[in-house]
Amino acid sequence: MNELFGHFNYYIVVILMMMGLYIVIASSNLVKKLIGLSVFQVSVFILYITFGKVTEGSPPILTDNTDVYSNPLPHVLILTAIVVGVATTSVGLALIVRIQEAYGSIDEDDINAMDDKDDDHLEKKV
Amino acid sequence: MIESLQLLIDVSLLAFLVIIVFASIKMTDLFAVTMLFGIFSFVSALLFLDLDAVDVAFTEAAVGAGFTTVLMLSALRLTQPYENVKHRHSLLALFIVTLTGAALFYGIADFPAMGDPNAPVHQHVAPEYIQLTQEKIDIPNVVTAVLASFRGYDTFGETVVIFSAGVAVMLLLGMGQVKHEQEPEENMVLWVVVKPMIPLILIFGLYVQFHGDFGAGGGFQAGVIFASGFILYSLVFGEMYARRVMPAPILPRLAALGVLIYGVTGLISLLFNKPFLDYTALSSNPVSGQHLGILLVEAGVGLAVFSTILLIYYSFSGREVNHNE
Repeated sequence: MNELFGHFNYYIVVILMMMGLYIVIASSNLVKKLIGLSVFQVSVFILYITFGKVTEGSPPILTDNTDVYSNPLPHVLILTAIVVGVATTSVGLALIVRIQEAYGSIDEDDINAMDDKDDDHLEKKV
Repeated sequence: MIESLQLLIDVSLLAFLVIIVFASIKMTDLFAVTMLFGIFSFVSALLFLDLDAVDVAFTEAAVGAGFTTVLMLSALRLTQPYENVKHRHSLLALFIVTLTGAALFYGIADFPAMGDPNAPVHQHVAPEYIQLTQEKIDIPNVVTAVLASFRGYDTFGETVVIFSAGVAVMLLLGMGQVKHEQEPEENMVLWVVVKPMIPLILIFGLYVQFHGDFGAGGGFQAGVIFASGFILYSLVFGEMYARRVMPAPILPRLAALGVLIYGVTGLISLLFNKPFLDYTALSSNPVSGQHLGILLVEAGVGLAVFSTILLIYYSFSGREVNHNE
């Protein structure tokens, strides 16, 4: 059974990653793009934690009952990455709020159209 | 038997994750997508728990399912809660995604199977960390030992990143202020339920902070949990009162103080001719020096994370809705 599912986690990670990437490319809404990016990010977290798992291992908190522990290093990396991830997401959201206030829209296509119009206007003036 | 059960949980949780993301791709109501993302985070926290990563599961549940959802909702309040129904060049996107996915699938075939104790990742520094934690640091939680001591440099860098992100949000949105004294809608059920919860959340935050050496937890989780107590108070009883308890102008100073505590702890070792962040310098007994160092560093991280998270929340919630049409 373990042989059959040995790579199962990795395949799901790739599927999640690609779904996140799809949202980032196909959606023109900036908030939704950010959510796609977060999905991508969580899939990388799952990849790392899967690396750290040891069969019949226990969580890396030392006890007298066992000698086999899962690898603590990926846990440390991902723990800090999660908190850094939320901090960067909040910077992204803050930028989106400012874009909304400047353009009245958070749709990438609308914003590009407005920018193009402004450029044309400027060129005519020159 | 236990292994098969773990695998069963693993497979079903992963299937859940795929279904949740698939559902959110087609949705145009951004509130619904945000809530789905909260569920997504919580399910992935359960998955981390199943894969023995207790500290990570803790963090993901507090940060991903808790704070990120609140943050996205307050960002939606300031923007638009819906998406224009048009998926432009989705065929091209599908093509790129399929191609990249196929390449990654091809690469995965060479990975060692999950849980293989002979995989290269388990031969590197991890056994050393587990052994040295027993010998030199003498605390049960290896993750805390690696985070605060063996890899103290990395964690210092990450604390600075979080602090900088807080400063960036503050610069972009300002700290916000509640101008008119707005009373929140009277909701007796929420008030009665939430009021006794808040002190419990704060006590739990302190427990997670100081118990991080012995069990799952530490400064990162504690900071977020402590901040979520204040955020809950602000959501239910009105931001005006929350700002009276914890005024926004204090928060950047507290965040800077947290980073300072971390840095100064490292600098003290330099004074004793030891490398930066070598805690054995802090006490005549190297083991108790490590204990003291980890306690101080975790306190710095907890303070920095708490104040940054709350500051970010204030920045978003205190901003006036300003649709420039």
